[in-house]
Amino acid sequence: MTHREPVISAEKLTKRFGDFIATNEITFEVYKGEIFGFLGANGAGKTTAMRMLCGLSIPSSGRATIAGFDIYRQTEQIKRHIGYMSQKFSLYEDLTVLENIRFFGGIYGLDNHQLKSKSEVLIERLGLQAERKKLVGELPLGWKQKLAFSVSILHEPRIVFLDEPTGGVDPVTRRQFWAMIYEAAESGITVFVTTHYMDEAEYCNRISIMVDGRINALGTPGELKRQFNEPSMDGVFYQLARGAKRGD
Amino acid sequence: MVTTTNITKTYQKGTVKAVDNVSFSVEKGELFGLIGPDGAGKSSIFRMLTTLLLPDSGSATVAGHDIVTDYQRIRSKVGYMPGRFSLYPDLSIEENLHFFATVFNTTVKENYHLIEDIYVQIAPFGKRRAGKLSGGMKQKLALCCALIHKPTVLFLDEPTTGVDPVSRREFWEMLKRLRQQGITILVSTPYMDEASLCDRIALIQNGSILSIDSPQGIADAYPSSLYAVQANDLPRLIHVLPTYHPHMHSYLFGEYIHLDTRGMGGHDLPEELTRFLAAEGFGDIEVKPIAPTIEDCFINMLIRHDT
Repeated sequence: MTHREPVISAEKLTKRFGDFIATNEITFEVYKGEIFGFLGANGAGKTTAMRMLCGLSIPSSGRATIAGFDIYRQTEQIKRHIGYMSQKFSLYEDLTVLENIRFFGGIYGLDNHQLKSKSEVLIERLGLQAERKKLVGELPLGWKQKLAFSVSILHEPRIVFLDEPTGGVDPVTRRQFWAMIYEAAESGITVFVTTHYMDEAEYCNRISIMVDGRINALGTPGELKRQFNEPSMDGVFYQLARGAKRGD
Repeated sequence: MVTTTNITKTYQKGTVKAVDNVSFSVEKGELFGLIGPDGAGKSSIFRMLTTLLLPDSGSATVAGHDIVTDYQRIRSKVGYMPGRFSLYPDLSIEENLHFFATVFNTTVKENYHLIEDIYVQIAPFGKRRAGKLSGGMKQKLALCCALIHKPTVLFLDEPTTGVDPVSRREFWEMLKRLRQQGITILVSTPYMDEASLCDRIALIQNGSILSIDSPQGIADAYPSSLYAVQANDLPRLIHVLPTYHPHMHSYLFGEYIHLDTRGMGGHDLPEELTRFLAAEGFGDIEVKPIAPTIEDCFINMLIRHDT
C-alpha cells in the first residue's frame, strides 16, 4: 500500500451497556482502498463496534473519525459517506430489481438524473437486463447478494461495511463476490468486512480479531500466521477465540 | 432409517422447483449431511421428512413409516431443529425444555442423560427467557428440546449457520457424541468444511443432488488433477493464471489459488507452470499437487454443470 491515508481511525473506542463492556478500548486504523477483515467469535463485540463506526450508536468513550467525520457529532455525514450491506438485511424482496436500486440510491442521496444513469449501468454490468422488472425475492441468493453489494456502493461511498456478506452462498458465487470486492477496493473504496469463512480472511489486506470486546490481534494474514505460529488463519482464529470467556 | 424416492416439491403453482426428483437413504446410526448453499432445497427436504410439508410426487419413509399416510407416528419419533429459532421466547430455558418433554408424554428426568452434556452448559441460566439468550445458547437449548423425547432420527437444519468457527467445532463435537448414543442424525449446512465430519454426504444445488458418498469417496472421485499455486503477487496471479492454459480452471482458495487441470497437463506441470510464471515476472512461486477438499469437489460439479 503506497498511500496510507486513514479512512477509519479509532482510538480506545468503548461502548458500555450498564456493567457490560461490549467494546473495550479498541484502537485501529483502516486505510484508503484497503480490504479490512473484522473477525471475532459470536458475542465478541463486532456488531456493537460496527454500529458505532456507522454512526448508529454513540460510544461511551474513546474517539473515532470515519471518512474524516467525528463519530459523536457528525453521524449524519458519516451515513452519507458509507455504504452498508449484510446477509440478513440487504434488499426488499417485494420490490423489483429496478425499484430497489432507485429506492436505496435515493436514500443514499442520489438525484433522479444520477439514479437513472447509474441504474442502467448497474443492470447492464450485472447482466440483469431481463430481470429488471422481476421481484428481488425471485432471484437466486447469489444474484441478490451481488446486487445488494452493487447497490451499497452505488453512491460511491468512501467506505463500505459488509456484515457477513457471503453467508450461505455457494462456493462459486462466493468467489465472484470477492472479485467484486477487489474491484471496489481498486477503485478506491475502503472495504470493512466480517466473515465466518476463514479462507476469506486470507483475501483481506489486514485483519483484526476481537475477543471479549478487545482487539487481540491485528495485522496482515501472513503476519498473524507467523506471530501465532499457525499454518492457516483457521488456526490463528482458533488459538485466539478459544480463550474467550464471554458470549456464546 | 430414512429413505426418499424421487421426491419433488414445487412452490408457486409449480413455477419454482425447490426439490427435484431427490432419492437417498440414510442408515441407522449414520451422521448424514446435506451440503449445499441457501436455496438448494435442504430445508424443503427436511420439512417433508418431518411431515410438515407434502411432496408433489415421490415417496419417503422415516423410521419405517410413510411420510404421507403415517405422519402421526413419525412425529413422535423425530426430533427437529429448524433453521430459524423456533422455541417460545417468553418461556425460560427450563420451561421450554419441560414443555417439549410434556408434549411428547415424557419427562426431562427420563431422558436427561441424552442432553446432560449440552444442558449443563446452559443450566446456570435456566430461569432466563429463551428470547434473551445469545445465539450459541439458543442453539444449545434448541438441540436439547429436539432431543428430550429421545427421538430415533434427529433433523438439524443449518444448526451452524452464522456461527463462528470455534463454536461450530464445539457443535460438531456434540453431534459426534450423540451419534455414539445410536441416534440417526441428518444435518444440513452451507459450510463445505463441515462435510468431512459426516459419515456420508449429499451435495445439493438447485434442488438436485449432485453426488452422494462418504466425504473420502467424493474426494476420490475427483475427475482430474488439482494443484495449489502461490506466488508473491496473488491479486495479479488470479489474472495471469487463466492465461496459462485456456481449458484449465483456477480460483482463489485461501492463501492459494487452486488450479484444476481438467484433464490437461502432464506430470511435469509443476515445472512447466513455474517456468511460465517466472517468465511472467513472479517470484516465490510454489506449485504443488493437492488432494481436493469437498469445496473443490463442489466447485468442480458446479462448473461442469454450467459448461
